Amino acid sequence: MSEKIATREAYGQTLAELAATDKNLVVLDADLSKSTKTCDFAKVCPERFIDVGIAEQNMITVSAGLATLGKHVFCSSFAIFAVGRAFEQIRNSIAYPQLPVTIAATHAGLTVGEDGATHQAIEDVAIMRAVPNMTVIVPADAEETRQAVRQLAEYPHPAYLRLGRLAVEQILPADYQFQIGKGTVLRDGKDAVIFACGLMLGKALQAAEQLAAEGINTAVVNMPTIKPLDSELVCRMAKQCGAAVTVEEHSIIGGLGSAVAETLTENCPIPLLRVGVNDQFGQSGKPDELLTEYGLTVENIAAKVKEAINRK
Amino acid sequence: MDTLELQAKAKELRQEIIKMITAAGSGHPGGSLSAADILTVLYFDKMNLRPEEPDWTGRDYFVLSKGHAAPAQYAALALRGYFPVEELNGLRKLHSRLQGHPVSSKVPGIDVSTGSLGQGVSVACGLAKGLKIDKLPNHVYTMLGDGECQEGQVWEALMFAAHYQLDNLTVIIDHNRLQIDGQVEKVMNIEPLDKKLDAFGFNVLLVNGHDIEAIQNAIDKAKTCQGRPTAIIANTIKGRGVSFMENQAGWHGTAPKPEEAEQALQELA
Ligand SMILES: Cc1ncc(C[n+]2csc(CCOP(=O)(O)OP(=O)(O)O)c2C)c(N)n1
Ligand SMILES: [Mg+2]
Repeated sequence: MSEKIATREAYGQTLAELAATDKNLVVLDADLSKSTKTCDFAKVCPERFIDVGIAEQNMITVSAGLATLGKHVFCSSFAIFAVGRAFEQIRNSIAYPQLPVTIAATHAGLTVGEDGATHQAIEDVAIMRAVPNMTVIVPADAEETRQAVRQLAEYPHPAYLRLGRLAVEQILPADYQFQIGKGTVLRDGKDAVIFACGLMLGKALQAAEQLAAEGINTAVVNMPTIKPLDSELVCRMAKQCGAAVTVEEHSIIGGLGSAVAETLTENCPIPLLRVGVNDQFGQSGKPDELLTEYGLTVENIAAKVKEAINRK
Repeated sequence: MDTLELQAKAKELRQEIIKMITAAGSGHPGGSLSAADILTVLYFDKMNLRPEEPDWTGRDYFVLSKGHAAPAQYAALALRGYFPVEELNGLRKLHSRLQGHPVSSKVPGIDVSTGSLGQGVSVACGLAKGLKIDKLPNHVYTMLGDGECQEGQVWEALMFAAHYQLDNLTVIIDHNRLQIDGQVEKVMNIEPLDKKLDAFGFNVLLVNGHDIEAIQNAIDKAKTCQGRPTAIIANTIKGRGVSFMENQAGWHGTAPKPEEAEQALQELA
């Protein structure tokens, strides 16, 4: 089993690596640098690290100023505060003027754990996805995060990068190539297809494995880019499999599930079921307990796949 | 309660804070300990409360704007009789009422849900303004962190409080000089805090936030001040009462290990 690394760790490490080569890179944080791991960048490049204090709205809007000068900006806080507190600043000062700022938000989803519902962003993807010009990326593991950060540093558009607190296993194969806007078939199948992102990708693969033992041949597609969605791949796999399930550590409203549902409904309707947080707030608890409590489990994914197949 | 009894109560609060955070395995000891004396004075001396009737309409309101200090508020509520002290062991555990940050719908005695910094003080303004509209005498207290004062919303709220002459509102700033990334002064300076608050139209009081009598006096003065809100800048020590936690940013959000908790409890005995 590979060493577990949180996507936020990979984010901080990659920023620190980029510091030497990308002289245009500026990183901001709002008093959470030890948690978001931008402290790794601050250590090697204090002159291009800006701590704004506990002032997320100011952080986003200062980023707009820096980006206007042509700087590559990454700014970080917890997802709930970056997206929640500073939504309108993101919309009007970053997205509308098309500034190349990456909002790299950590501690997304239920696996924040004990801090509880106030700190567990389950609607951040929905909010960011609704904003024009915004790219939304949810990496599944450390390597995918490293590649995403490197590409986003060169990316001339606003982006939202959703990262986790919890250490996760390396899920993607060694030769994996991340590309903004592209999904990847990790396991082919014909009975049903699972579209997954983030830390639920591993569970989706496990579910497919379990189903295979029961003779159900399930494809698994990694969908790190929620927007722009790889509609072509979604439709191709839908036609091939005839039933689909989406899996994400996010509300079933507005995230990957909604994005896939919109595409399928308009282009190739097939039975689709969504696994995610069922329109309710999280709570305090251990990350794994919470995933179980809210149905983000291998068993539930497998059950939903069977149900989707039954609806064919 | 006299001063000595309040001091003993504050110690109990601190013991419970350490015990519950240790049992939870996570939480925020530093800012809970710095707030303990002030919460003791509020809950055991100055606020009008009926623990047996948490929703009593004559009660004073307390809003913990720095919601991560929930353990201090939970300890005060439990020791005051709002719910059993044993329940503190459930802090931050699945299905517990005692969430990582306070939730008003779940816990008796919690009037306002907090956890996102900067918002509690605005809620307190809403309470104070509403009480004024209804011509009611209840007083509203809110406590914020000094790092929290970096949130723009805090200043929007303070401006509101002075503009509407909310003399039924007392804003207490737990001035422990630390936030997560280090010293407030180095991360994002908020000084001169007293002059800023004064310029915003507040009656400003400076106290030693660990001196029970000084806190009592300041709260009395705040209550008698007419026509403008009061801000109490309480100079405190983050982690106060546990030698190895005092003035250490690292103890902002880290639970003590069992052996560290044992030492802490010895010091607090
Ligand atoms: C809006 C918002 N941003 C960030 C956080 C994360 N956070 C929790 S506590 C804290 C530091 C608070 O420092 P301070 O206000 O000085 O509190 P104290 O020292 O009393 O613990 C931060 C940044 C938060 N809870 N809310
Ligand atoms: Mg502080």
